[in-house]
Amino acid sequence: MANTVTVMIPTALRQHVDGQDTLEVGGDSVGEVLGTLTQRYPDLGQRLFKAADELNRFVNIYVNDEDIRFLDNLNTSLNAGDELSIVPAIAGGR
Amino acid sequence: MSYVKSLKCKECGTEYPIEPRTVCDVDFAPVEVCFDYDAMRGTVTRESIEAGPRSLWRYKDLLPIESEPRAGLRSGMTPFLRADRLAAELGVRELFIKDDSANYPTFSYKDRVVSVALTKAVEFGFDTVGCASTGNLAHSVSAHAAAAGLQAFVMIPHDLEEGKIVGSLVFGPRMVRIKGTYDDVNRLCSQIADKYHWAIVNVNLRPFYTEGAKTHGFEIVEQNGWRIPDHTVVPVAGGTILPKVYKAYREMIDLGLVEDTGPKIHAAQAEGCNPVVTAIEEGQELFRPQKPATIAKSIAIGNPADGFYVIDAVSTSGGGGASARDPEIIDAVKLLAATEGIFTEPAGGTTLACTIKLIESGQIPRDESICVCITGNGLKTVEVMSEHGAFAPFPAIEAKIKAFDELVKQIDEEVVPTPERAAG
Repeated sequence: MANTVTVMIPTALRQHVDGQDTLEVGGDSVGEVLGTLTQRYPDLGQRLFKAADELNRFVNIYVNDEDIRFLDNLNTSLNAGDELSIVPAIAGGR
Repeated sequence: MSYVKSLKCKECGTEYPIEPRTVCDVDFAPVEVCFDYDAMRGTVTRESIEAGPRSLWRYKDLLPIESEPRAGLRSGMTPFLRADRLAAELGVRELFIKDDSANYPTFSYKDRVVSVALTKAVEFGFDTVGCASTGNLAHSVSAHAAAAGLQAFVMIPHDLEEGKIVGSLVFGPRMVRIKGTYDDVNRLCSQIADKYHWAIVNVNLRPFYTEGAKTHGFEIVEQNGWRIPDHTVVPVAGGTILPKVYKAYREMIDLGLVEDTGPKIHAAQAEGCNPVVTAIEEGQELFRPQKPATIAKSIAIGNPADGFYVIDAVSTSGGGGASARDPEIIDAVKLLAATEGIFTEPAGGTTLACTIKLIESGQIPRDESICVCITGNGLKTVEVMSEHGAFAPFPAIEAKIKAFDELVKQIDEEVVPTPERAAG
């Protein structure tokens, strides 16, 4: 039985998931969870992925507030209760 | 007359009207202001620019405003000097410094982007402006907002240095200290911009804000006698200034103002935070984010969202990149001060230290012209030099001529910064 994690959906993408701001999704890795979401909500998938297994470079994914690029990217493994956040990249200056 | 046409996504090309906008709705990529260059040709000329005010607004036709400037009327047109003493030390023929440490009123290149952003905020009808910052941007927004009669909300990480807090507070903004890092502040600011309909200059006014950085490049060319230097070295933090300096050069070429001599742009970062330079050196299009660890705090952004465009500008121009270690940064600050009388902050030390490395590796040939972009002032980060400057201690002496004679006898060889030391 795969772990269930909470996925946080940013305002800009809620229209593609029937307006929900969080979703409970099962999966053992980030790639698996996002894959499940894409199957359920193809429009969301189009915004998240540039190509199969290639995330849109302007969308950042965090697992418990850690950017997956510091972890194992789409292969990052998940535990039950983890929080996966989808955050559109913010161009910030100092 | 305004030559502004639209906003356009840098990735997918979707166009938007001129409005406050953070990113493209389709792919979240940055959007850029598009100008009508055809209409400009023949009208925007060297003469029309030279007839303009002695400020960054002489380039108004190439800036995204509709009417008259509302901020930064005395900003820009900072010193551009031929650094002969430094050039001799480094063994190069022609080296220039573009010195934004003297910018007005807050002594960093940020006065350029803020001047444009606040003018745009007024044009859009905002009465409150803000930013996420750890230093130069907060300082600049606070000052310009006060002068323009706008309310300012400045969001900062809670542990910002006192000098920068006081430097901004004196202008009367509402300063909000956030329990978190700069990245947390930045994320919060995008939510604030969305909910409160404020002009957060580096978030929902970002496409207009970034255009102000072009003026650093325009001035280099004009002050150099309408010639683009062969090599320009620019520090990289969030990735705003380097692509816009290159855009400035290309616009001037495109409008027939200057000859296309194939100028090269080089990126400078601190070794403790060099995601972009690492990608350039590895020939990668995508960079890997880092956790910053450097004294050059003003350029310590581990995940620069405009980083891709820095890599693109550098590789298109045929330039390269270099990284400097913290001790090299300090030595370069001292070298610039000792040879040219300019006190820059660690970001400027980084740029000079990296220039030295690019010269020594041959990426910048010694007989080609070089411009080093100095973006901030050392007096605002003075504690870095106190802690790391390695100034020899010097106890007080008696107010007697004999005591002074003794001191002069004791002054041996002083620690003079050398290029070798600055290059590590």
